[in-house]
Amino acid sequence: MHDFLVIDHVSKSFGSLRAVDDVLLSVSQGEAFSLLGPSGCGKTTLLRMLAGFERPDSGRILLGGQDLTALPPEQRPVNTVFQNYALFPHLNVWENIAFGLRMSRRPREEIRSGVDHMLELVRLSEHARKRPAQLSGGQRQRVAIARALVNRPQVLLLDEPLAALDLKLRQHMLLELNAIHEQVGTTFIYVTHDQGEAMSLSDRIAVMNAGKVEQIDAPEALYESPRSSFVATFIGDANFFTGTAVEMQHEGYVRVMIEGLGSPLVISNGAVSSNQTLRLMVRPEKISLTLKRPPSGERVNAFPGVVEDIAYFGAHTRYRIRAGEHRVMAQLQRSRFSGGVIEPARGAEVWMSFHPDEGRVVMLEGGA
Amino acid sequence: MISRSPSSKQWLLTLPSLAWLVVFFVIPAILIVVTAFRPADLHGGVGAGWTMENIEALRDPAWLPIVWRTVALSAATTLVCLALALPMAFHMARVGPRLRQILLLLVVIPFLSNFLIRIFAWKSLLHPEGPLTKLLVSLRLVPEDALLLNNMGAVLLVMIYTQLPFAILPLYAAAEKFDFSLLDAARDLGAGPWRSFSKVFVPGVRRGLISAAVMVFVCSLGQYVIPQMVGGASDEMIGSKIAQRVFADRNLPEASALAAALMLAVLVPMFVVAAWQRFGRKEAAS
Repeated sequence: MHDFLVIDHVSKSFGSLRAVDDVLLSVSQGEAFSLLGPSGCGKTTLLRMLAGFERPDSGRILLGGQDLTALPPEQRPVNTVFQNYALFPHLNVWENIAFGLRMSRRPREEIRSGVDHMLELVRLSEHARKRPAQLSGGQRQRVAIARALVNRPQVLLLDEPLAALDLKLRQHMLLELNAIHEQVGTTFIYVTHDQGEAMSLSDRIAVMNAGKVEQIDAPEALYESPRSSFVATFIGDANFFTGTAVEMQHEGYVRVMIEGLGSPLVISNGAVSSNQTLRLMVRPEKISLTLKRPPSGERVNAFPGVVEDIAYFGAHTRYRIRAGEHRVMAQLQRSRFSGGVIEPARGAEVWMSFHPDEGRVVMLEGGA
Repeated sequence: MISRSPSSKQWLLTLPSLAWLVVFFVIPAILIVVTAFRPADLHGGVGAGWTMENIEALRDPAWLPIVWRTVALSAATTLVCLALALPMAFHMARVGPRLRQILLLLVVIPFLSNFLIRIFAWKSLLHPEGPLTKLLVSLRLVPEDALLLNNMGAVLLVMIYTQLPFAILPLYAAAEKFDFSLLDAARDLGAGPWRSFSKVFVPGVRRGLISAAVMVFVCSLGQYVIPQMVGGASDEMIGSKIAQRVFADRNLPEASALAAALMLAVLVPMFVVAAWQRFGRKEAAS
């Protein structure tokens, strides 16, 4: 059960802007959870309410059954790794990490062993006497993590923890964060706008848009079965088509008539009625390209098209294919020996095909 | 390699202000020290020859209470000014740009009227028949025969009034550069609002704090108009004595000896502070 940390119908407005709009979500103990969304989606406001810097207009925040909503930040068993790390420049690494323990007036011996243990965890023991200004970006971040974790918080909040690092370091810190999470077992809540970060750091992700939670799911589920076109575009790339439901089928499939393309069979993703206008989504890497029409059958959706543009990315190649008024993105792995898969040239006439399980309805327009 | 130290040509840019300082500060300062070793002549000028008399006169124990009063008043002024200026600077750095402009204007507005006129204004405010005394008496906050003027309290009050902007401005400059997200971090780590302020904000603006303290303390040490105008006969400061030597006694060498002693008493601690700051920076960088 996900009932360790509960955000219970929390809303927060700034003036006329509803920054966080009736958010309901719960996180289990020890989970790595991400709040993912574009800037201005309310994820940072939600984080600041968890930390205690903002007070919700309505709703409650519960941690282990205790209502935190009215508590000031210094009284919450929650610590934060700030986006710019917010290390105290007048204190050295050791004193920065000791700050929280000193504030809670722990005995001197406990402070010493706690800080030394944390320095070891983040592998900064030899930098204990340095000032933050003398550290690299990655080292500063590890100090910020140690400074928060040394207080043994029940929840660790991390605000865009990798945003300030360069690409190589970011990939390294990703693994490091996962290792630290595994080692301490504390509940981690990440806030990030980077879907890749969220996918590789978290057990579950809440995708936020305009103050609301669009979908909460495991990374694979978000990628494979997004419920809205917002989630589909925010996580990975997607082709969207608008069409009309023409034929309901059992086991949750629907045939959709798309003007100028054809009538693919896709996952209906909820109740669909005949003649309803639908939006459906196919990931570019789920589309195969062949020169000949694939053997037709119930389980294959195939449409002809012309290669309009090719972009080579090393590990994969992207094709833009024109089919009537439609433009479809297809992505192929560079594998010369996969049977039937071709590498067509610009202007070639090809067949695009995808399995019904790879296409899904994401939004019922004019419907619920 | 790009060096951060200025090139020899850039040094030329400092020449005008350097020349100004040498002509109008260094040379007069040296003249004062030299004059301290000269005898006075009968016409209020400087006589020929050399003497230690003026220096010896400084050892008169009668100076002690005046020195003590000067230092105590200046220290009290400095402490009160810093205590008032710190929250003010904190607030000014946090408010919106519009309100900030207004507050800055309010801080510097006293400078638009003449210093002496402002002291005279205090004189009439604090006068037994003045509006402030009458108001406080009518509110029964002070007894009817209270004397707000011509005592040490009046001197301290007016000194604080005069020096407060000199404490606010450097502190504001430091607070404006302060990263206020550090206060969030302090709160997050369990420090209450007051401890966040004292353990993170105050150390964060310590350079501004040092500048403000030096500024206020040094300017206070040399005051003579304030004790003379709002203080009593027993509230004289070193500055009053120097002014008295120059204007009443017409004894320039003795005034110079006093002024030179005061100047050294100010410069030596300042050099110590500067050296300590530089040492501190080196230590942090090592």
